Amino acid sequence: MVDDLIAQVQAAAGTGGRLRIRGSGSKDWYGEPWQASDALPVLDTRAHAGIVDYDPSELVVTARCGTPLAELEATLAASGQMLACEPPRFGPGATVGGCVSAGLSGPRRASAGSVRDFVLGARLVNGRGQHMAFGGQVIKNVAGYDVSRLLAGSLGILGLITEVSLKVVPVPVAEATLRFDGLEQATALERLNRWAGQPLPLSASAWADGTLHVRLSGAEAAVRAARSALGGELLPDADASSFWAALREQSAPFFAGDEPLWRMSVPSIAPPLALAGQGLGGELLEWGGALRWTRSTLPADALREAARAAGGHATLFRAADTLSGRFTPLDPALLHIHQRLKAEFDPAGVFNPGRLYPGL
Amino acid sequence: MDMPARAATGREALVSRLKALLPVGSVLDTEEAQRPYECDGLTLFRQLPLATVLPSTEAELVATIQACREAGVPVVPRGAGTGLSGGATPHPEGVLLSTAKMSRILDIDPVARTARVQPGVRNLAISEAAARHGLYYAPDPSSQIACSIGGNVAENSGGVHCLKYGLTVHNVLRVRAVTSDGDVLEFGGGALDSPGLDLLAVLVGSEGMLAVTTEVTVKLIPRPQLARCIMASFADVGVAGDAVARLIADGIIPAGLEMMDQPATRMVEPFANAGYDLDAAAILLCEADGTPEEVEEEIARMSEVLREAGATSLRVSASEAERMRFWAGRKNAFPAAGRVSPDYYCMDGTIPRRRLGEMLRAIQQMEVKYDMRCPNVFHAGDGNLHPLILFDANDPSSLARAEAFGADILELCVALGGTVTGEHGVGIEKINQMCVQFPAEAREQFFGVKRAFDPHGLLNPGKCIPTLHRCAEYGRMKVHGGAVPHPGLERF
Ligand SMILES: Cc1cc2nc3c(=O)[nH]c(=O)nc-3n(C[C@H](O)[C@H](O)[C@H](O)COP(=O)(O)OP(=O)(O)OC[C@H]3O[C@@H](n4cnc5c(N)ncnc54)[C@H](O)[C@@H]3O)c2cc1C
Repeated sequence: MVDDLIAQVQAAAGTGGRLRIRGSGSKDWYGEPWQASDALPVLDTRAHAGIVDYDPSELVVTARCGTPLAELEATLAASGQMLACEPPRFGPGATVGGCVSAGLSGPRRASAGSVRDFVLGARLVNGRGQHMAFGGQVIKNVAGYDVSRLLAGSLGILGLITEVSLKVVPVPVAEATLRFDGLEQATALERLNRWAGQPLPLSASAWADGTLHVRLSGAEAAVRAARSALGGELLPDADASSFWAALREQSAPFFAGDEPLWRMSVPSIAPPLALAGQGLGGELLEWGGALRWTRSTLPADALREAARAAGGHATLFRAADTLSGRFTPLDPALLHIHQRLKAEFDPAGVFNPGRLYPGL
Repeated sequence: MDMPARAATGREALVSRLKALLPVGSVLDTEEAQRPYECDGLTLFRQLPLATVLPSTEAELVATIQACREAGVPVVPRGAGTGLSGGATPHPEGVLLSTAKMSRILDIDPVARTARVQPGVRNLAISEAAARHGLYYAPDPSSQIACSIGGNVAENSGGVHCLKYGLTVHNVLRVRAVTSDGDVLEFGGGALDSPGLDLLAVLVGSEGMLAVTTEVTVKLIPRPQLARCIMASFADVGVAGDAVARLIADGIIPAGLEMMDQPATRMVEPFANAGYDLDAAAILLCEADGTPEEVEEEIARMSEVLREAGATSLRVSASEAERMRFWAGRKNAFPAAGRVSPDYYCMDGTIPRRRLGEMLRAIQQMEVKYDMRCPNVFHAGDGNLHPLILFDANDPSSLARAEAFGADILELCVALGGTVTGEHGVGIEKINQMCVQFPAEAREQFFGVKRAFDPHGLLNPGKCIPTLHRCAEYGRMKVHGGAVPHPGLERF
């Protein structure tokens, strides 16, 4: 199966062809838009699927790129384990390869880590059609440069990920979601930062429209103690799980509609974002205040400046138009390293041209 | 002009240029002054550099790199020199760039829970400075009183608590570093998920080959209210290994999970008075941390699993002092090896935990084959082994056997589905074993990463990634069954 994929890459590399790597297409809208002129042949990863190795006591799962994320997570759940970064699927067919390439993490990101934090190893077909393994199936491994983590969030520009090994964690024994009403954004931020500095089992947070939700996960005793320390109103379990799922999958009402959705990533302690004293648009905060989703029609430059002034960066996450410039432009010296890495992994520019930045 | 004379002139020119660029006392060029820098923790390899430079500021560091690049002279970064793989071993024609004078904690932000520090700051100094805010820096290598954060970033160092709290790569938010072009770059940042490729992930663990770190921002986390540690005894090493798997399969992630075999406990006990069970074939140290209620709950759960898994006795630390004693024994395993033997050689392979019994049995056979002792300490939670081969460097046969013994262990790690280095790095020590772990195409891709950051090949040349030529020679040597006295010495 993988031989088919390699053959397609080799054919493209030999003829100056270009390929668009695609699983189920659940994240087609993410990253630099495909231009109409880019009707590239698709390298479909879905046939290369299946869990290769999973031993719960090793805390590691290895799966092929086309494996549906839903299947992987169901397998883990059957052994009481999970992907700690809680990756969004954004579609029923989301694949493991797409999850790692997009590098998007869900509500647990601020407390547990991001997709890249859990990548232990990967197999990659580079632009020369060479199939190589980096990292491995063990939790600690510093042999050679950490190419497998580099692939997380690379949007396929360095090559085709054919297989990944991910660290998994046990599902927490206990969980509780608390709701606090009537909180201004600044007050919510102050609380979230204060709580994060205390030994509390926080695993997610969300603030919008004056309401703050926090999720606690851990040992029974820890969750119980934190509940009484924090107060708030306890959500019934079923409501809590649908609340966090809707947030992760962006099916909550906040995310509906065509208004551009900006992902403002700032230090959690940054005050509410504003331009000339004005708010930027509708906001939903996650990750203890470090992620501020913003619905705004303000110009990209203005929003990027607001994020930069707060010490962060802004991504145009979803937009109806196909304008380029989704990610914050890179400093020239950093861009230079990106260009050289691209040239080393994919000298003929076969993979996903322009998906991360124009020209890469 | 003949070659040596030209080399000497080049050297003198560079040294006087560096002396002009940096304050008095920052450039060492006498043999006497440079002796302390001739090796890192891998003392088998000693080499005087062309000169040793100790910048006090980032600007001085940039100036040093630029001068070296213009002179075409390699630069070897060095932190505290505790590395165990020869990563900071000087290059005979290169400048050794020490961060010893860049050792200030620049900022601790208790609300953002971050510390911004210079690269020469000691690992433990960060936690000490953060302690008054109830915060600490989680990765705790056993060398933490001495090793520098710059070295930790370069090696992606771990510690006894990293199963739960992660490695350096999980706890560093931002690294400021100078490339061989002299550019000062920021990797990562104060906000999560920086745009573009995750270059920070590559920089961490890159052994000083890609850029020189000048500033690091680390994550601080709240100090747990309480920690308690179980010492569990086992009559068989394999049973102890299975107990580790049982704990984890049961959904328990201990704050620390370490194993020591009997030769190791007997080696450290007279030295550390840790109170270890010296009759046990192996002991496990298994820690729970959190709120008092949480710790009580976890200790009960872990005790039950350990008992079911065949522990012959359990002792739970009754006080913080006793807990510290349990760990002191483990953390002093290397110095203890230094007391019972003239020299010791610390291996660092990682294997899937399920192969542990097999690995330990194979090491026992190797002890017979090479006629040497090899106690084992083991980050059991992560599958990271530290066999300590005891030898005498003054006896050439003993040294050669120790090196062959070490190579055997590492190559078995690869064969069992693991890796030649879990946390100490490749450096020059394991460069031959990289030929065994990675095929030529992958090694060439690593060189590609190196070129992307350091097109001049200026930083720490000859370490970490072996050339095709080197691997071909290693392959030939293996075929002839020859043991190499100094696998890393030639060709640098
Ligand atoms: C007794 C003992 C116990 C140990 N225990 C552990 C342990 O539990 N876990 C563990 O992971 N390691 C352990 N180590 C290994 C060692 O302490 C770590 O690798 C440590 O991170 C090295 O830090 P250092 O400052 O001494 O670096 P050095 O030894 O000086 O250098 C190590 C590498 O980092 C590079 N480097 C240093 N500073 C910079 C910089 N500013 N920019 C770029 N590159 C740089 C060097 O070129 C070299 O390649 C132990 C060592 C000893 C001696």
